Amino acid sequence: MIILPIFLPLFLAVICLLAWNYPYIQRWVALLGSLALVVVSGWILLDVSNHGLLVLQSGNWPAPFGITLAVDGLSAIMVLLGSLVGLVVAVYAAGSMDMARLRFGFYPLFFILLMGVNGAFTTGDLFNLYVWFEVMLMASFVLMALGGERQQIEGAVKYLILNLLASMLFLSAIGLTYNLAGTLNLADLAVQLNKVSPGGMVTLVSILFLVAFGIKSAIFPLFFWLPASYHTPPVAVTALFSGLLTKVGVYSLIRVFTLLFTQDTTYTHTILLVLAGFTMVTGVFGAAAQLDFRRLLSFHIVSQIGYLIMGLGLMSREALAGTIYFMGHVILAKTALFLIAGLVERMQGSYDLKKLGGIYRLKPAMAVLFLLPAMSLAGLPPLSGFFAKLILVAAGLRLQQYAIVAAGLFVSLLTLYSMTKVWNEVFWKEPKQASPEMSQPDELKTGHIGWMWAATIGTVVLMLAMTVFADPMLAVADRAASQLLSPDVYISAVLRGGR
Amino acid sequence: MALLLSISAGVLFTAGLYMVLRRSLVKILVGLLLLGYAVNLLLFSSVGLIPGHPPILPRDPAQPVADPVPQALILTAIVISFGLTAFAVGLVRQVYQVLGTDDTNELQCTDLACELPSLAYKPAEGETVDENEMVQPEAEDHGKEDHS
Repeated sequence: MIILPIFLPLFLAVICLLAWNYPYIQRWVALLGSLALVVVSGWILLDVSNHGLLVLQSGNWPAPFGITLAVDGLSAIMVLLGSLVGLVVAVYAAGSMDMARLRFGFYPLFFILLMGVNGAFTTGDLFNLYVWFEVMLMASFVLMALGGERQQIEGAVKYLILNLLASMLFLSAIGLTYNLAGTLNLADLAVQLNKVSPGGMVTLVSILFLVAFGIKSAIFPLFFWLPASYHTPPVAVTALFSGLLTKVGVYSLIRVFTLLFTQDTTYTHTILLVLAGFTMVTGVFGAAAQLDFRRLLSFHIVSQIGYLIMGLGLMSREALAGTIYFMGHVILAKTALFLIAGLVERMQGSYDLKKLGGIYRLKPAMAVLFLLPAMSLAGLPPLSGFFAKLILVAAGLRLQQYAIVAAGLFVSLLTLYSMTKVWNEVFWKEPKQASPEMSQPDELKTGHIGWMWAATIGTVVLMLAMTVFADPMLAVADRAASQLLSPDVYISAVLRGGR
Repeated sequence: MALLLSISAGVLFTAGLYMVLRRSLVKILVGLLLLGYAVNLLLFSSVGLIPGHPPILPRDPAQPVADPVPQALILTAIVISFGLTAFAVGLVRQVYQVLGTDDTNELQCTDLACELPSLAYKPAEGETVDENEMVQPEAEDHGKEDHS
């Protein structure tokens, strides 16, 4: 069962390859397949929260020797979130992806990306994590360059170079870790690294991991590739990337800094907190200066990553639960915002805030759809972002980390400012000219716009569900956080066969 | 021998980093390749060298045995970096075809506002070549080639 989140996308990718010349068959395979993936990951999450960790020793090799797959609460939640994003994007792509990209293998790449992401979430082996990262990156490189538009090619080459560099650092860190501990199984590493004499080397390696995963998850001094590339591909691809790729980086940071490198938390986790603060602030300032819808949202991805790292830096059960809940919130809210940007572009043919306008008058429903995730992202009270930030802030205050709390609240305010800017420019102000640009694009070339609406409404509904059912979801997040803070559960499940 | 390996890994790291900081995309690519070799050497020397003994458990338990794990890791890393490099070469070629430059100083259109006619999609020759070069056993993309 635990292999299904990896195997199912692979299987679907192969089916899509077999139907290479029939994009319509591929579309239905993608829709039904990603729905099945959501069902499977929901089932896994249920199973994990009822019965504890799921472990698979591939090839029946005992734990430190073979490749282990292990799913704990955090992994299961991440797999479910990833599948949800996959489903939403598959529906959206059915309405927005143009024929040229479909013919060049959008759907197979989509599933290979999902396979890589799920593999990274479920693996229990450090080198295997590297392999899944590469699978995911390879698919994302091609997805980003797919279509071959000028901007895309330029964005893709920046994305490629910086991510390759991060992979090299990751691999060097793996080499040094193997030198220190003589194993790469995560559970075994957690045991062995505690036996290594503390100090110098272990902390050095942990910082190497921080830089490698930091590039991939776009934290403060290392995020420049993200706003330079994420706005170039079509919105469906950008939404997929923003929902999945950086979050895999954050997941790896959480995994590594709760399971492996807990020897010197005063040093490493203080660095994490400082970086979290800078990530939030620079991201939101970057966003405030933007006049392009997608570039603005890309900078907001960076600033929201800061909150996720903040919970990790605080390293208490409450803060980690907050991070996990925040992860769900930000993935859904961010995806919804990107999807709306795509809808707006479809209506008015531009992402430039100055050229857009008057959507509120033309399509009030779309304005409401924007307003909900936007306000949630800023953290206004009845919405999911408010609960997420409330937990993080409360955890910060309890640990007396006032600086990071102040930064978090300040950034919320600036997020509200830049969301208000978008609201004013895109939805509220009078449209500039009558409507030469508002002609609908050819629906034969792309899909029907109804798919895009359905996907966007679905995402917003999911986000609202996170708000309404905040209590049970927080309970799930809290259980996952408590598992993270007691690594013995993970270790004994992997090394001694668990249940 | 171990010292020689460490020194060459260091030299490769330095040279690779220097090349990555150059302005030409091709030189950056060369830099990434050098960094890849440096990392492979690092992995190789991560458990120390045991010369003259294969990574197979000998009958006599007193004999030393080489650790097979780093070798397996390097093999995987080489295969992955082969696929990635092939794609990167294709992409750099595409950049040169589409943008007419390989100077990173001129690649600013994703960061600054600049007026460029957005080119419509056309499956140029270069693109099909790119896709064919992407042989990568890890990501199952080679299956795609069979059907394209």
